[in-house]
Amino acid sequence: MNFSIYDFTSFTQWIDKLLYDNLPAFWAVVVEMTIIGLLVLLFYALIGLFLVYAERKVCAFMQNRVGPNRVGPFGFFQTIADLLKLLMKELVYIKNADSLLFNIAPFIVIIASFMAIAAIPFAKGLHAIDFDIGVLYVIAVSSLGVVGILLAGWSSNNKYSLIGAMRSGAQIVSYELSVGLSLVTIIILAGTMQFSAMVEGQANGWFIFKGHIPAFIAFIVFLIASTAETNRGPFDLAEAESELTAGFHTEYSGIKFAFFFLAEYMNMFILASIAATVFLGGWMPFHVGGWEGFNHIMDFIPPFVWYIGKTFFIIWIMMWFKWTFPRLRIDQLLTLEWKYLLPINLVNILIMAFIVLMGWHF
Amino acid sequence: MKEIINLPVKNVEEEEYHINMGPQHPSTHGVLRLVVSLQGEIVKSLKPHCGYIHRGIEKMCEKDTYPQIIHLTDRMDYLSAHINNHAVCMLVENALEVEVPERVKYIRTIVDELNRIASHQLWWCSFGMDMGGLTCFFYGLRDREKILDIFEESFGSRLLHSYYTPGGLMMDIHPDFQKNVKAFIKYFRKKIKDYDELLTGNIIMQLRTKGVGILSKEDAISYGVTGPSGRASGFACDVRKHHPYGVYDKVVFNEVMGTAGDTFERYMMRMHEMHESMKIIEQLIDNIPPGDYTTKMKAVLKLPAGEYFQRVEAARGELGVYVISDGNKSPYRMKFRSPNFSNLSVLDHVSRGCKIADLVAIGGSLDYVIPDIDR
Repeated sequence: MNFSIYDFTSFTQWIDKLLYDNLPAFWAVVVEMTIIGLLVLLFYALIGLFLVYAERKVCAFMQNRVGPNRVGPFGFFQTIADLLKLLMKELVYIKNADSLLFNIAPFIVIIASFMAIAAIPFAKGLHAIDFDIGVLYVIAVSSLGVVGILLAGWSSNNKYSLIGAMRSGAQIVSYELSVGLSLVTIIILAGTMQFSAMVEGQANGWFIFKGHIPAFIAFIVFLIASTAETNRGPFDLAEAESELTAGFHTEYSGIKFAFFFLAEYMNMFILASIAATVFLGGWMPFHVGGWEGFNHIMDFIPPFVWYIGKTFFIIWIMMWFKWTFPRLRIDQLLTLEWKYLLPINLVNILIMAFIVLMGWHF
Repeated sequence: MKEIINLPVKNVEEEEYHINMGPQHPSTHGVLRLVVSLQGEIVKSLKPHCGYIHRGIEKMCEKDTYPQIIHLTDRMDYLSAHINNHAVCMLVENALEVEVPERVKYIRTIVDELNRIASHQLWWCSFGMDMGGLTCFFYGLRDREKILDIFEESFGSRLLHSYYTPGGLMMDIHPDFQKNVKAFIKYFRKKIKDYDELLTGNIIMQLRTKGVGILSKEDAISYGVTGPSGRASGFACDVRKHHPYGVYDKVVFNEVMGTAGDTFERYMMRMHEMHESMKIIEQLIDNIPPGDYTTKMKAVLKLPAGEYFQRVEAARGELGVYVISDGNKSPYRMKFRSPNFSNLSVLDHVSRGCKIADLVAIGGSLDYVIPDIDR
């Protein structure tokens, strides 16, 4: 086995071979799945905690504040302390609430985001499943979360929650279109829906540069639509705190609230990952066709660092949105999608298809 | 929920439902309860329920002496405490026919205007927050802190000052007062540009406020909506201009007037007023005449029997103080005409047919302070 931080393929294949050599085929699969599941879960929790911390620090810097700075170095353990608090808090049971749906809802939300993370390539050879329809799978799975939100709002027996859930339903159903169509633009360019093949296709230039203006427009549309899809400001109508107190999760407490909270951040991470993978080359270093020396220097930075760097850059842009803009109203939100983003997107796809047909792309 | 709401059921259509906004709700800025009747997201009607912070200030005044009453007025509209004090002080001075020194008038006018800026800054914070832009809150509070520092240095307290007394001031201004106020104005002229860039010019904010919650001039007059909210509808109601007190007759300033009467106009009125207040302060701050900071008053103030009325322009509108005296050291009856109560009364009228989000924006632009409504 030769382990390298630049290519995990040989490492993962070595583990695979080791398991299959020593165990019956059924148990080898079971052990493999368990290991991968635990690793993804661990990664999920750690990223979630870090994102909460990052958001608090970023918003503090934008608001002339210091942010958490007491627990641990630079307040780094503040989120862990918060998590412990949420774990220990009492779970409030609501009279006349539909208790089955009420209890299931946070799990649906978190399972949807957990499933999506499985298909994302973190580095070369480092992803749980490499579907040949990876993009489609991620879009399908991440939109399951809205079911959880609708159930949460419906079953809470609270009017604020219901309004929040209805808003969220209308919003996600609408913006799902823009997310999907902006990805279709790039699928036309890439000619594949497989994430690993998409990343390999960006070895001599990221798609955002290769696809001329249509790719750039698709990127902007994707950023706006994915911010809306994660229910984050300025599109946080589902939990608009000045109108609906906390929207669909008003009645949730303790760890169930934490699930919603975590899922929101993880959805942001997943959509940022997709944006990084599809538009900015994923773990692929920054390459310029023909500049061999430059490309060689860029290759020294490990793929995982590239991936994390790009993802957090996009997350930072989303946080910047949230802490700058006031919130839209529900009719304006839907107008933005159906009257502006969707037509732009459709025309954009046609232009992209034309460019690809004529072979004008790089 | 039915037993809590107590609304007549007969006029309610079947698709309508009610939500209680408040008494604890982020957008009511205090303990105000709005029973909102909704059809989907659209507000059909709403009913404000006041009284959650009623302390009986008017009744308490009947037992207190006039210098004691000053301290109670701080607690009404706590964001324009100086201006409330000013109303009662002027009423007592006019009733006793005491002429206060010029220095007192100058200082009172400057401090009133500083208080108005501080109040509008806090309004800007909370309006931004109502619109969903949380960053505004911290920008506004950062700058309001500078004014509160000036207040603390001179008067020893930051929110409830009770700085004015009948006949003058509690104490003279701090030696650094003029320097600090000038430094603040220089600082705030720069920072108010940030306000415009962050919120005023924002396309989302303009889309959400323009043409929303329109209040016509006739309605503004008939509901008694005063202050920036009334002037946004074209109702010329600035007491400083039409019935000058202090040294407002010696300074040049514009009565900021609007025409549209929508939420954005009400927003712009306050933004302009901050500029106007800074102009007023700049004209006065270098010309504070020397002299006494108070006049010699009797130990026990007894107003001659009769009725007295005094009004001032508080940060949110016209504040009226009405006293019936029977010649004793405390009033027989005291009544405050608070601007917020009238401004709140129009909320149902302007927000019918709007969305919930608009209701929050309209409420933010009317800028009510709940302790002033309930007193």
